[in-house]
Order: sequence, then structure tokens, then C-alpha cells
Amino acid sequence: MNTPDLVTLIFGRLTIEAIPYHEPILIGTFAAVALGGIALLAVLTKYKLWGYLWSEWFTSIDHKKIGIMYMVLGVVMLLRGFSDAIMMRAQQAMAFNGNPGFLPPHHYDQVFTAHGVIMIFFVAMPFVTGLMNFVVPLQIGARDVAFPFLNNFSFWMTVAGGMLVMASLFVGEFARTGWLAYPPLSGLAASPDVGVDYYIWSLQVAGVGTTLSGINLLATIIKMRAPGMTMMKMPVFTWTSLCTNVLIVAAFPVLTAVLALLSLDRYAGTNFFTNDFGGNAMMYVNLIWIWGHPEVYILVLPLFGVFSEVVATFSRKRLFGYASMVYATVVITVLSYLVWLHHFFTMGSGASVNSFFGITTMIISIPTGAKIFNWLFTMYRGRIQFEVPMLWTMGFMVTFVIGGMTGVMLAVPPADFLLHNSLFLIAHFHNVIIGGVIFGVFAGINYWFPKAFGFKLDSYWGKWSFWLWLTGFYFAFMPLYVLGFMGVTRRMNHFEDPSLQIWFIIAAFGALLIAGGIAAFLIQIFVSIKRREALRDVTGDPWHGRTLEWSTSSPPPSYNFAFTPVIHEQDAWWQMKERNAARRTEGYLPIHMPKNTAAGVYIAAFAFVIGFAMIWHMFLIAGVAFLGLLVTAIGHTFNYKRDYYIPADVVARTEAARTEELAAHV
Amino acid sequence: MSAHIDSHDHHDDHGHGEEEVSHSTLKGYMMGFFLAVVLTAIPFWLVMGKVIPNPQTLAIVILTFAAIQIVVHMIYFLHMDTKSQGGWNMLALMFTLILVVITLTGSIWVMFHLNSNMMPGMSHDMTEQQVKNLP
Amino acid sequence: MSDIQATPSAVVADQQDLQFWMKEDHHPENGTLLGFWIYLMSDCLIFACLFATYGVLGRSYAGGPSGADLFELPLVAVNTTMLLLSSITYGFAVLEMQKNRRGTMMAWLIVTGLFGATFLGIELYEFANLIHEGAGPQRSAFLSSFFTLVGTHGLHVTFGIVWLITLLVQVGRFGLTPANKRRIMCLSMFWHFLDVVWIGVFTFVYLMGVLP
Repeated sequence: MNTPDLVTLIFGRLTIEAIPYHEPILIGTFAAVALGGIALLAVLTKYKLWGYLWSEWFTSIDHKKIGIMYMVLGVVMLLRGFSDAIMMRAQQAMAFNGNPGFLPPHHYDQVFTAHGVIMIFFVAMPFVTGLMNFVVPLQIGARDVAFPFLNNFSFWMTVAGGMLVMASLFVGEFARTGWLAYPPLSGLAASPDVGVDYYIWSLQVAGVGTTLSGINLLATIIKMRAPGMTMMKMPVFTWTSLCTNVLIVAAFPVLTAVLALLSLDRYAGTNFFTNDFGGNAMMYVNLIWIWGHPEVYILVLPLFGVFSEVVATFSRKRLFGYASMVYATVVITVLSYLVWLHHFFTMGSGASVNSFFGITTMIISIPTGAKIFNWLFTMYRGRIQFEVPMLWTMGFMVTFVIGGMTGVMLAVPPADFLLHNSLFLIAHFHNVIIGGVIFGVFAGINYWFPKAFGFKLDSYWGKWSFWLWLTGFYFAFMPLYVLGFMGVTRRMNHFEDPSLQIWFIIAAFGALLIAGGIAAFLIQIFVSIKRREALRDVTGDPWHGRTLEWSTSSPPPSYNFAFTPVIHEQDAWWQMKERNAARRTEGYLPIHMPKNTAAGVYIAAFAFVIGFAMIWHMFLIAGVAFLGLLVTAIGHTFNYKRDYYIPADVVARTEAARTEELAAHV
Repeated sequence: MSAHIDSHDHHDDHGHGEEEVSHSTLKGYMMGFFLAVVLTAIPFWLVMGKVIPNPQTLAIVILTFAAIQIVVHMIYFLHMDTKSQGGWNMLALMFTLILVVITLTGSIWVMFHLNSNMMPGMSHDMTEQQVKNLP
Repeated sequence: MSDIQATPSAVVADQQDLQFWMKEDHHPENGTLLGFWIYLMSDCLIFACLFATYGVLGRSYAGGPSGADLFELPLVAVNTTMLLLSSITYGFAVLEMQKNRRGTMMAWLIVTGLFGATFLGIELYEFANLIHEGAGPQRSAFLSSFFTLVGTHGLHVTFGIVWLITLLVQVGRFGLTPANKRRIMCLSMFWHFLDVVWIGVFTFVYLMGVLP
């Protein structure tokens, strides 16, 4: 074998040319990331934090820590996804009158693809999974999830997927196809480069994590509820999490399958979605939306749960219409599988098909509307406290209703023929995703932060963040509705008609306000850490909450509850407080807990290598890494000693410390 | 779910591995195997022996046999009943079956419409009636 | 089952005297079998997509050979027999496990694995023949979807065999512990589930594929 062959064998199609050293924006970004990264590594090394991070966080199977790590991942990726957004807004605001802007089309196309992929898969999903991971076991009175190791592994698979997307910035390029990578554009003939492969492998790797975490949380909710907590006594957030995880488990396999078919087309020369040999690109569109529409509800349902908790807590009232809330959630879960075609009304189905899916789409807005009324009636005659989580909730209610109504407009097939792929659509889904998911995540972060860290978030900066996001959202997206009516389509790099420019400038201004909102959020975290003594909450129940997570200390001990709670009512903790149920302070027993393990980190690292190697056709390395993955995974199954007991006296000491703290507080 | 209050008595026992393994019997397995063999053999015979000349009828018949055989496997080999895991197994299976049906029939319905509307000349199984209905 | 596990004392307790914390140790039920079943359901949806793809593209021959030209039903019948036999032998293994007879259980598992391997061998032979005849997965959308659907099933069987070998080693080394029994039951579900998928494959792909 001569040398060039050996090089190909090892490096595949990766050459030095793949490093985009001729793109000043990317070089600047790379320099910033590298400097930031080196600084971070230096700090970690200087303060000797590596061991601590590794043993207490990275290999931790504690659902609370994994939940927090998901949230950190979400924030980091939010910064990346938002910088893509602001680049697009700037480009579109300036690319008029022959000005090409600062992003050439091939770069601009990568930016809008990356923005969509990152925001959905690596911002919204980690946020949602993180909240569920942290809150659900606490709300159901459990000590961890059903499969703690799997939980850690799922997290690292999500990280590995995110790292693949990030790697595409500096090695090669990302897809230029839009966030769903429709063939034939994403096929080998039109996209021979690595961009689509980065897309496929990052989503496949992260998708494994998402599916497994869905299975895990399902088993947790079904099997590990505290005694007495029947289905209709579960907190609403747990209910929405249950339905979300049902959707995850049932929808993500479809994504896995359809991306596998696309990769077979690209790697093995099959003809599923090609233009010749009988392939049919529309089958891809059909299948990916069978995943894609439930995905929308995967994102928003848990946040409906967050709003339900927040509204009830800050209105000092039991949630209005608990049962109807639950049924609405279940109905949405089922119906979300019957609407997928509304994403491609214009692609040539007959009138009967379009009518069917138009009607199902309109029907699904009914349970969602019912929820809005439930929240309104909960607030009605309540003693509303305008804390930051409540502000986000009210901002959501107004914004989401507008987004929902434009959604019903799009559900009408004839109207959709005019609005399809226009900026109206872009405005609509940002309206529901920012107004629903992002506002909900911020409500959730502000609400549960004191539970996770033992001190509240600073409300001054929290309010700045809220108002900047809210006004920024309206400035950024209302102009897009207008432009959509004018017929402006999405994903345009530059424009001919100068009369449109003013609307894009307003939208760019809105994006700047949102940037301010994100900055205010980061400042809020920073200021809160600085002022943590002033913001400290020793009661574990800073908001006078209603559900079980507020019954334990903040942050909760690793075992969550020294004694498993017994549930008699929906608002379990509220009932305990009403009846002055005394905290048990004796008779501690040893607690059975799972052990930390590093296997998840290793397997996910192998998955990253497999993904990267497959993208660059380094098949030898991919094969070796696959073997490594297999051996590690099988090796892990030989580990039978996965748990240990926290001795009773350790529990007693921990709980005694809390007793003292509580006494000192009063 | 409420039917299972009775099963909680022995939850204080640590090892849970035993109670969850449903107790299958030799009779059950043999019964399942016998039915499976019969239900496999008949459709093969129908197709290979060209017993039913009309392909559409034949397709419906063998699909029916497949459906019955799937139920047989579910009951005798996978031990599905409404009680295992507190009914959650059954619920999950039913939900999945609904989704499988939606995915299969929905995709075929949607794609058939797309093909007949957008690629009328290339549609392989287009009837005269559909050709007349084209715009 | 754990959903209504209220302690008896709490159920009958007077409203004034509700118990809010459990005195005794609380062990939620193990969720492995349920979790694995849920995984199988998600896997089932992967197959549903492949079946749907075959349903849509299965007659797009692109001028190439059709199922009637290619499929050898006697071979498929033999293959189906292998899988059915492996199912019943796995059943025997489970019965032996219930009686805590480790040796015979392992023997039945080995027989199951051999039937599985024979199935794979026949399938690979069929694939090799097709590719040799110029009817490889690249030839037409029909063949792409055929190879992918049947191949995915075959990959699952392969994975099942790897798992089976791992389990044999583990049972051999650690005995029929509760954890190992649970794993045997999980693999049992996996194995029988693949059988169910195969019913769909031989009916929907092979038998209906040879119809005009």
C-alpha cells in the first residue's frame, strides 16, 4: 500500500482545505472560542476543578445534576444559535440596493440551517429535558429516575451531537439545506460536501440520547411515583412530561429511520429520495413531518406544565380545571400525530387529503385554547404575585394566543397556498416557539432555580430580561408577518425591492433587544451568584409552592427525600402545610442509591468519534470506534454492583443540619 | 390500575426480579408454536400453490393471517395481557399500534395522492378513472 | 402497580390523622421490563417507517426486476421456519430458567442462537445472490427499500445474537441471579418481537411481493 492510500484510509476526505482559514468571520469566531476555551481550561486547572467536575458532575447519575447540566448545555447553545440569528437579521437588514451584505449565500445558507437545527435540537430540547429531569423525580417523590446510568448516557449523547454541530464551524461546513434537509437538495448529487453529513450524524447521535431519556422518564413516572400518587393526583408538570415523553419515544424513531434512509442514499447509493431509479423525495418530506409535528408538541407541552405550576403558585390558588388540563394534554398527544401534512399542503395532495389535515389541525387548537382558559380562570380572583416567573407566564399567554391564531390561519389550505414558505410562517412559528417554549423555559428557570441552588435569582435583572425579550420579540417578528403578507419568502440572502428594507431594519432592532434580554439573563445569573447570601432561601419553599419538590431542602440532598412522602391530594405539599404535617426527624433508615459511573461519558465519546469519522469517510477509524463503543457497552453490563447504601447516620446528620437551619431561620 | 392494590404487600422484599417474570408454561409455548406454524404455512401455501386467483383477495387473506399470527405471538410468546406491568404494557402496545396504522396508511394515502396528482404519467398503478379525474 | 401503593394505615386513617411520610423503607418496583417494552415499541415505529417506505416505493422498479422475478419463496419458508424454531427454543430456555436449571437453560439458549445464525446465513446468501444477479440495493427504489427493511431486521437479529452470547457468559459466570433473569426476559421480549416483525416482512414483502 502506498502512502496516499494510507492517508485516505486514515483521514478519509478530510484535508487541510477543510479548515476554513480563508473566512474571516469563522477565523474570528475560532480565535474567540479558542481563547475562551484556553482561559476556561486554565481556570479549571488552576483551581484544580477537574477531579471535582469529573467525579461530582460528568459521571454523576444524580438526576438533579444531570438536569442542571442539560440547562447549562442549553444556555451555551442558545448563545451559538442566537449569534446565527443576529447575523441573519443583520444580513437581511443591509442586503438591499445591490449591497450583497456581509454573508455570501453559501455561508448564509449554513447560518440559517445551523440556527434552526441548534435552536430546536440543542437549545429547546436540552432545556425541556433538563427541566423534566430535574423536576419530575422531585415532584413524584422519587429518589432518582428509573435508569440513572441511562440518564447520564443520554445527556452525553446530546452533548456529543452538539459538539458535532460545533465542529462543523471549524472543520468543513454545515448543511446548506434548511433545518429539515429536504432531498433532493440534501442528496448526494446536490450536496456532495460534508455539510449534510454533519447534519445527519449530529442528529442521529443526539437522537439516541433523546429517545433513551424519553424511555427513562416514562418508566420513572409510571413506576416510581410515591405511594398514594394516583395518575389523577400527579402534578400537572409531571402529566405534561409524561405526555411529552410518550411523544419522544413515539416520534424520534421516525426521525432516526428517515435520517438513516437519507444517509443510505448518501453513503450506499440507494435510491429512496433520489430523482431517478424510482426514488421519491416527497417520501422524505412525508416521513420527517410525521416526526416533525409531534416534535413541536414535545417542545411546548412541558412548558404548558411549567405555566400551570407557576400560575397556581403565584395566584395562591389550586389550578383551575385540573382534569380538563390533563385531558387536553392527552388529546393533544394523540392528535399531534394526525396533522403532519399541514406542513406541505402546497406539495400536491388532493383536496380530500388537504381537507382532512386542515380540519385535524384546527381541532388540535381546541384543547390548547382550553388550557389558556384554565390558566386565566386560575388567575381570576387569585392573589397574583408578579414575581419573574409569573411575568414570563403572562407574557406567554398574550404572545402564544397570537401565535396560535396565525397557526389556525395557516391551517386553512387555501390560505396556506399564499402563506406557505413565506416570512408569515417564520413569524408564526417563532411566535409559538419563543412565546411558548423560550418564555416557558425562562419561567421554569426562575421558578426552580432556588430549588436547585438554594438562592433565588435576582428579580431586577430578571425583569429586564423579561421586558427586553418581550418587546424584542414583537419588534423582531411582527414585521415578518407584514412581510409575509407582502409575499416575501423565507431564507432569502438579499432583496431587490428597497421598500421592504424598513421592515427588516425594525426586525433587526428587535433582534438587538432580544440580545439585550439574553445579556440581562446572563447578568441576572452572575449578579445572583454574587448576591447569593442576600437571596438565600433556607426554607426550601421560597414561593409557597404546592407540589412535593418544595417539601425538601434547597438544594435537595442526593437522596431527595429522607422519607418517602405519602400522597393524599393533588397539591400534596400544600396539604401537608395546611395540616401542619411535622417533618419527621427520627427513625432514619439507610437509603439505597445508584453509584456514579463513567461508562456513559466513554460511550458517548466513542459515538462522537464514530460520527466525526463517518462524516469524513474515515471508515477505518469509524470501525475501530464502533468496536470500542461495543466493548465499553458490553463491559458496562458486566458491572453488577451499581448501587450502594447511604448509611442511616449520614442521613441523620444531613437532616439534622437542615433542622438546625430551619430553626435558625424562624 | 386500581386492580393491583393487592400486589403491594410484598414490596418490602428487596429482590424484585422474581415477581415480575410472568410464569409461562410449556403448554402455552407449544400452543403458540402450533398456531404459528399453521398460520405461517397456510399463507405460503395459498401464494405458492396459486390457490386464489384474484391477487387482491389473496392479499387481503394473507394480511388477515398475518394479523392473526401477530396476535398469537403477542399472547403466547410475548405474554401480553391486560395485567402485565399494571396494564401499561398493553396501553403502550395499543398506542403504538395506532401510530403504526397512522404511519402506514397515512403515508401510503398521502403519497398515493401526491403521485397521482403530481406525476400522472409515471404512476404505475393508475386506473382509467383516475386519469379521467386529472385536472 | 406502585401507583396505588398507599400504606394501609393511611388509607383507613381518620381525616385528622393522615400520614405524610413513610416510616418503612420504600422500594419502587424495578422498571427494567417496562422500560425495555417501551424501547421495543419505539423500535416498532422504526420498522413502521421502513414498512411505510416499502409500501410507497415497493413497486417502483425503475425498469428493473420485480419481487415476482426475484423472490424465492421456498428459501423464505425455510428462513421463516428457522426463526419460528428459534422462538420456541427460547421459550424452552425461559421455562428452564423458571425452574432454575442453569445448564439446560444455557443449552436451549445456544440452540436458539444457532437457529438465529442459520437464519442470518440464509438471509446473507439470499442478499449475495440478488446482488450477484445485478439486483442490488442501488438498482431501484423497490430494491433499496427491500434491502433496508429486511437488512434492518437482520441487523436486529445480529445484535440479538451478540447479546445472547454476552448473556451466556454472564449467566455462566454469575448464575441465575435476579438481574440476569431480568436480562433473559428482556432478550426474550426482543427475540419474540423480531419474530413478530418477521411476520410482517414475509407477508408484506415476500408473499405480497410476488403477487402480480
